[in-house]
Amino acid sequence: MSIFEDMRNKQEELLRTERLPHVWCPGCGIGIVLNAFLRAVIRRKIDPEKLVVVSGIGCTGRTAGYVNVDSFHTTHGRAIPFATGIKFARPDLNVVVFSGDGDLFAIGGNHFVNAARRNHDLLIIAVNNFTYGMTGGQHGPTTPTGAYTTTTPYGNPDRPFNIPHLAISLGVPFVARWTTYHVNQLQNSIYKALGMKGFRLVEIISQCPTVYGRRNSMKSPLSMMEYFQKNSIIKPNASFEEMELTYNGKIVVGEFRVRTNIPTYEERFDDVIRRAQNEN
Amino acid sequence: MKKGYLKEGNYFWSGDIAAAEGAIAAGCRFYAGYPITPSSEIAERMALRLPQLGGKFIEMEDEIGSIAAIIGASWTGERAMTATSGPGVSLMNENLGLAVMTEAPIVVVNAMRGAPSTGLPTLIGQGDLMQAHYGSQGSYELVTLYPSTIQETFDLMLHAFNFAEKYRVPVMYLIDGLLAHMYESIYVPPIEEIEKKIVHRKRPKEGQLPYEPDEDLVPPMPLIGEGRNIHATGLTHDERGYPDLTPQAQEKLVRRLNEKILKHERDIWIVEEYMTEDAETIVVSFGGEARAVKAGVDLARKEGIKAGMLRLITIWPFPWEYIKKYTADFVVAELNYGQMYHKVKEYAETPVHKLTKMGGEIHTPQEVLKKLREVSQ
Repeated sequence: MSIFEDMRNKQEELLRTERLPHVWCPGCGIGIVLNAFLRAVIRRKIDPEKLVVVSGIGCTGRTAGYVNVDSFHTTHGRAIPFATGIKFARPDLNVVVFSGDGDLFAIGGNHFVNAARRNHDLLIIAVNNFTYGMTGGQHGPTTPTGAYTTTTPYGNPDRPFNIPHLAISLGVPFVARWTTYHVNQLQNSIYKALGMKGFRLVEIISQCPTVYGRRNSMKSPLSMMEYFQKNSIIKPNASFEEMELTYNGKIVVGEFRVRTNIPTYEERFDDVIRRAQNEN
Repeated sequence: MKKGYLKEGNYFWSGDIAAAEGAIAAGCRFYAGYPITPSSEIAERMALRLPQLGGKFIEMEDEIGSIAAIIGASWTGERAMTATSGPGVSLMNENLGLAVMTEAPIVVVNAMRGAPSTGLPTLIGQGDLMQAHYGSQGSYELVTLYPSTIQETFDLMLHAFNFAEKYRVPVMYLIDGLLAHMYESIYVPPIEEIEKKIVHRKRPKEGQLPYEPDEDLVPPMPLIGEGRNIHATGLTHDERGYPDLTPQAQEKLVRRLNEKILKHERDIWIVEEYMTEDAETIVVSFGGEARAVKAGVDLARKEGIKAGMLRLITIWPFPWEYIKKYTADFVVAELNYGQMYHKVKEYAETPVHKLTKMGGEIHTPQEVLKKLREVSQ
């Protein structure tokens, strides 16, 4: 058996293959991200029984339904607090939140900032396709200013989140951004993040040719990938301005922050238990 | 005595403290919440007590996160709880539906205050009785309990957790602004006695699917981390837990979610019947309000009015048999514009009268007496 076949078999064990075909459109980037995630999990030799995947609602939110581990498809925006409950109750588990930009940063934004601030031991895989795909391509919290969507027919007047900068401002120990073009770097960053502790964020700029690309002069999956290829710049020490995403502009990618030994909420709560039991 | 446990004996507690201690005695070791009057002292008590027992307490960013966290914890096997008041329940309702749909046992305490909206934060209300059942979208059944004394607030928690675990359903545990902040002396029995009565959730048999029900219509619950590859979703799903977006799957699942509770309603009903045997007028009441109603019934009896009281401790599923079995007239005393009145009317074959107050204070026994005089004339 070649190493490729071996990897494929191991990946299939981590998928609910009886549920295929999946709901994602041809050319969607979510499959690339899922692939990178599974490969990183296999390389990390994570016990699937100790792995939990939690998703919210949306295209990326469907990921939990395809991974063959304990997996939860929760309500819109609430994947992070649901995962928090699991992790806090069972700190020995590897809990991964796999969800989209609208779910994590608009309706779930409050949970993101507070969970990041508390430094829960969670890995967040955030697929950013600039739009609400499942509902037909409305503008969201990451849609670049000026972009065309079904709810910004004259161009988006809104300003998108600078997600890596937001996470850094909250003291998140691991912050990376890649695009679906950077499959190896993405896999390596997830691999690295899986080996760390605390709140870890990997943002992936992903293509949605079906409802985003076609309204923004990138009709085909290929044209979106070409955009990622031509416009991405790897710059780990990027400034706030460089991390900002603009309409059809440059995409600065890399591992922006890697810090070890920041105590997690779960570790700090162990101290609380120790103090409570000593005083009692 | 195990470390962190309370000694048997008498204590002087508020309803909030009794709710927290009752939950702990009933095996609750996970609490996530967000402060809100008049329930905040439950969170404070849990923050103090749970770590002593090695349990987990977390103050979340809002009520939505709080209920999401306890559902997640429930899937790891924890007996998990949150506490809030009406505005918080409004925020929790979407995830309450998730707990119904994914059949996650949780307990949600609602210390009811005057409403709508911000209403009367520190004062009693009983306007959330319908919200407790119908707050989230769709047709579903859940369990709602409502004690009337501080002792009962402590004791009934065991039932709340047991019903949640036995039927894999969220339990709304109503108290009110009066009970939450009022202090009474209570007796705490030896912890071993309470622990003997704890009902643990059923565990799946080898090869049993995650949503494959037993004869009682309740599927045993697999837990995270056991290698069962659970999938749970708020979408309509089949017995594997996989989305099945068909009318057939919807019919099968939603019917079962309702029937697993209704089939066992007699097991869930707890009702106090006070002087109802020969009563010609029965006052239906619950919670803090029932204390005044009982006094009003006593006053009426002294005047020769044959009055009685039905105190609903189980609010949902509605204990309709207790209404049907009496041929007396009914008065429904409640601190809202008339909610349970409609449920009583649905089952009573005799006249049903309203005795309502919009909240802020309970009825006086004299007001109850006045109504009983009117009705019995």
